[in-house]
Amino acid sequence: MPISRPTDLAGALEVLAEVPTADVLAGGTDAMVEISFDHRRPEHVVALRRIDALREHRVSPAVLELGATITYMQIETELAEHAPGLAMASRTVGSPQIRNAGTIGGNLGTASPAGDTLPWLLAMDAEVELTSAARGTRHLPLAAFITGPKRTAREADELITSVRVPRVEGPQHTAKIGPRNAMVISVACVAVIVDTTNRVVRIGMGSVGPGPLRATDAEAAVSEAIDWEALRCPEAAIGAFGRACAEAARPITDHRSTAEYRRHAVGVLAARSLRRCLNA
Amino acid sequence: MSADTTGTTTRTPGVRDGLDTDAARPDGTPKVTGAFAFSSDLYAQQMLWGRTLRSPHAAARIVSIDTSAAEAMPGVAAVLTAPDVPGKATYGLEHADQPVFASDVVRYQGEAVAVVAAEHPELALRAVRAIEVVYAVTAPLTDPEAAIDAPPIHPDGNVFRHLPLRHGDIHATGEVVVEGTYEMGMQDQAFLGPESGLAIPSEDGGVELYMSTQWLHVDRDQVAACLALPAEQVRMTLAGVGGAFGAREDVSLQVHVSLLALRTNRPVKMLYSREESFHGHVHRHPAKMWFRHHADRDGTLVKVEARLVLDGGAYASSSTAVIANAVCFAGGPYRVPNAEIHGYAVRTNNPPCGAMRGFGVVQACFGHEAQMDRLAEALGMDPVELRLHNALRPGDELLTGQVITGTAPVREVIEAAVAHDLPPLPVDGESVMALPGGAGLTAERRDVRRGTGIAVSIKNLMFSEGFDDYSTAGVKLELDPRGRPIATVHCACAEVGQGFVTLAQQITRTALGVEQVLLRNADTQIGSAGSTSASRQTWMSGGAVQLACEAVQERLFERASVRSGVAVEAGRRRHFRMRDGEVVEVDGTFAMSVAELLAEGPIEEIREHHHPATEPLDEDGQGNAHVSFAFAAHRATVDVDPELGLVKVLQVATGQDIGRALNPRAVVGQIEGWIAQGVGLAVMEEILVQDGLIKNPSFTDYLIPTALDMPSVVQTVIEQPEPGAPFGAKGVGEPPTISSTPAVVAAIRAATGRELPRVPVRPQDIALT
Ligand SMILES: Cc1cc2nc3c(=O)[nH]c(=O)nc-3n(C[C@H](O)[C@H](O)[C@H](O)COP(=O)(O)OP(=O)(O)OC[C@H]3O[C@@H](n4cnc5c(N)ncnc54)[C@H](O)[C@@H]3O)c2cc1C
Repeated sequence: MPISRPTDLAGALEVLAEVPTADVLAGGTDAMVEISFDHRRPEHVVALRRIDALREHRVSPAVLELGATITYMQIETELAEHAPGLAMASRTVGSPQIRNAGTIGGNLGTASPAGDTLPWLLAMDAEVELTSAARGTRHLPLAAFITGPKRTAREADELITSVRVPRVEGPQHTAKIGPRNAMVISVACVAVIVDTTNRVVRIGMGSVGPGPLRATDAEAAVSEAIDWEALRCPEAAIGAFGRACAEAARPITDHRSTAEYRRHAVGVLAARSLRRCLNA
Repeated sequence: MSADTTGTTTRTPGVRDGLDTDAARPDGTPKVTGAFAFSSDLYAQQMLWGRTLRSPHAAARIVSIDTSAAEAMPGVAAVLTAPDVPGKATYGLEHADQPVFASDVVRYQGEAVAVVAAEHPELALRAVRAIEVVYAVTAPLTDPEAAIDAPPIHPDGNVFRHLPLRHGDIHATGEVVVEGTYEMGMQDQAFLGPESGLAIPSEDGGVELYMSTQWLHVDRDQVAACLALPAEQVRMTLAGVGGAFGAREDVSLQVHVSLLALRTNRPVKMLYSREESFHGHVHRHPAKMWFRHHADRDGTLVKVEARLVLDGGAYASSSTAVIANAVCFAGGPYRVPNAEIHGYAVRTNNPPCGAMRGFGVVQACFGHEAQMDRLAEALGMDPVELRLHNALRPGDELLTGQVITGTAPVREVIEAAVAHDLPPLPVDGESVMALPGGAGLTAERRDVRRGTGIAVSIKNLMFSEGFDDYSTAGVKLELDPRGRPIATVHCACAEVGQGFVTLAQQITRTALGVEQVLLRNADTQIGSAGSTSASRQTWMSGGAVQLACEAVQERLFERASVRSGVAVEAGRRRHFRMRDGEVVEVDGTFAMSVAELLAEGPIEEIREHHHPATEPLDEDGQGNAHVSFAFAAHRATVDVDPELGLVKVLQVATGQDIGRALNPRAVVGQIEGWIAQGVGLAVMEEILVQDGLIKNPSFTDYLIPTALDMPSVVQTVIEQPEPGAPFGAKGVGEPPTISSTPAVVAAIRAATGRELPRVPVRPQDIALT
């Protein structure tokens, strides 16, 4: 099995253009598991680690852009200031070993309903940048990029090159439930951003639907209820926000939890996270 | 010297790393640095790789098996199915009811149907896939209660054992009665080193088998029977064991890999994947249990009634012994004058269950301890007080009518557990990681409630019901090339992490006054050591090493007699003793170094160590069935987030009856390790089985505690030397896991007010009820 280890983006795209069946390898923390479980048998691998450009981030006044192979460890440390909610979510991923290897592009590539960066990215209206040798670059909103559980709109010859989010002010909190206190796949999680720039509350919910979910009605109602000057919110509105988020969830029962618990838990997390953002 | 050696151990002052010290493990450094060779590291020139084809169904008839495509694949050396087994077609720890290969029906998901050997593991996998098996799937029998009366799914029937126990007046009643139904899910031993072994055909037509296992000789006998070989042609050597906890007591790949080696006449290695491992070994029995406790108003227990149903899965394994433990100890470590208990271990199409640390007592203890709390509540009594009031004492009778002749410091373990300080109260600025939910940042302190609970347990040591699980050890004392004495210990005791290798050295150093003690590989070139289970190896194999050392000492004294001219007569032992590497005359002046006495040649002695005989249980479950008992008490403190149902176990405080700490550091390790497993069972560890199929055969979804889930452990050991036990020491391995689980659940109940009749406690059990 050939392994290509390009050192620049063009090199990677060239291989993918020639061998569209090739598998992309970033940190390998999903890909290698699939290979050892024999769920995937690569014919050709394109490894991204040597492409320095993909590991960079850019901060402009309006936009934060994250290269695809930025690791969780980088997010937790270098990016904690620009993306506090994402940094919190990153700290919940696996173990230090996984966080040193795993990348944000890989989390997007896998598009698991339990992917821990996805609720935050969705809440932030993130756009995924896809690049191919043949068609150049396109940007897809995350909601359009993820087409189902572990399914994406990525074409075989495309690389995820970056993901970008608008820069907003205001407190953020993410919270994740698993049946043990660390190193666990999410049973329910939320990212809450109290966006004082646009005066809206944003929420992304994970593991309670086929992909990450927004709760737009809940967001609209609570954004109305907040006193944006004082950054305060009546407790009743916070409670209602939690219930509305629970209602917007579309959870299933599987071996990790029940639909009933997931719905309950995501509502509790939503309300608590909002309280936390507002110091209520 | 007899087995009764309490307090009479020959102590040789001055020897380093002898008994009662924190002697370091000989395998400690290699294990930590990665140099230790586990069975999965085994390698031989020209070796083939074996792989198993397993049933994907929990219940099915096998219509046909076609191996021709697999056999025709290049690089495939052998494909074996049931007709290729030359000897006995079945095996099993106590009852040989499990086919080496299923041929007509499969009775659980994962049952072996065929094995292949190929030049490369990948080829072996492809060959396994190329075998065509046509199954006619049938409805699996998965409800253990229904299995009792259901049409048999095996010629031996569905009830492995129904064990009734009647004690005292079964019609007695108490003034206060509490009743409850409890359930335990299927726990896995979750050892880290998957099943693996290497078989090498030998010139005499036999096989050399290198295997990680718990009991070499019982494996050997099963392999030999299936291979139709005399036992001496199956030579087993212990390979590095990466944990066991009961799961390696049964045969996994031993027969398969040996068959492949003999058929191909080449070395064959097998190594299970993690997923295969979950299908390839037995688990802890899930249980459904009903209890009714009667007591007088003052809290004195009057009667215990119970019905315990343990799901043994498809094959017998050790189910008959597991249910005996559950029944015998269903009353807990308390004086219970009257009892009627019915225990059933039944066959279903669920995964087979067998030995796991605590062995039947874990299930019963979860029930009887929940009952004791209920009773305390009904009586308006403090739960600790109620337990102290009923605590067993030496001379008391067990439910089986057996009188406790040894130590029984039940009161002491309870008092020690509750005497520890509670964990500190929350402080400002505490890490949110320390709250329930941990790294997930789900809670703040205001969302959390604290609770404390207690539980107490009794566990039998050694095998029971008339089983003579003896051990054998050989000790050779000689001079090394530099003229210094060196002892070599040979024992088939399986080192599975418990520290026998350390202990054997400590015993030998102390008994013979030599610092250099080597351990030979554990193998079948010497007699059986029995199983590394039932908290028995310190007592049984430790005792065998002690006896062999004493026999060697005796020979040294004989030599000293001759050299000193002191008359060799009966009772001569009183004339010599060991001191600082010398044999010295007791009431005289003669002294000679061990080295000098060894100049005329090495001394080697082999001894067997048997425990006092036990009896089978009669038709009322009465009899002196057990050798000795160990007790433990646990007090758990938890923080719970009731709204989300998340738990953080903060502290487990324990008092444990250990007889004597032969290696205090090793005792700490055993206690902490087993509390981890007990906490795991309380709040997360469960093999999820649906329609007979395992839903979580991986460490992604079979969760075991991480460092963030592990409570702090504070412990007090109660050292009351046990009469009849070598050095007075009791086994320490099992008690910590038995009552830590019910203690944690009691603490969660205290924090939340929920009933929680089932373990593991799931978030939804707390949050949604
Ligand atoms: C022990 C363990 C614990 C884990 N815990 C968590 C957890 O708590 N939360 C969580 O969300 N995840 C968890 N994961 C999953 C995994 O670590 C994450 O999904 C991670 O983000 C994957 O990134 P990676 O770089 O390792 O991806 P890889 O495994 O290299 O790739 C993942 C997939 O994305 C594709 N891909 C990767 N990069 C690109 C790209 N630039 N362009 C196109 N396709 C691409 C790959 O082809 C592959 O299909 C865990 C995994 C393990 C093994």
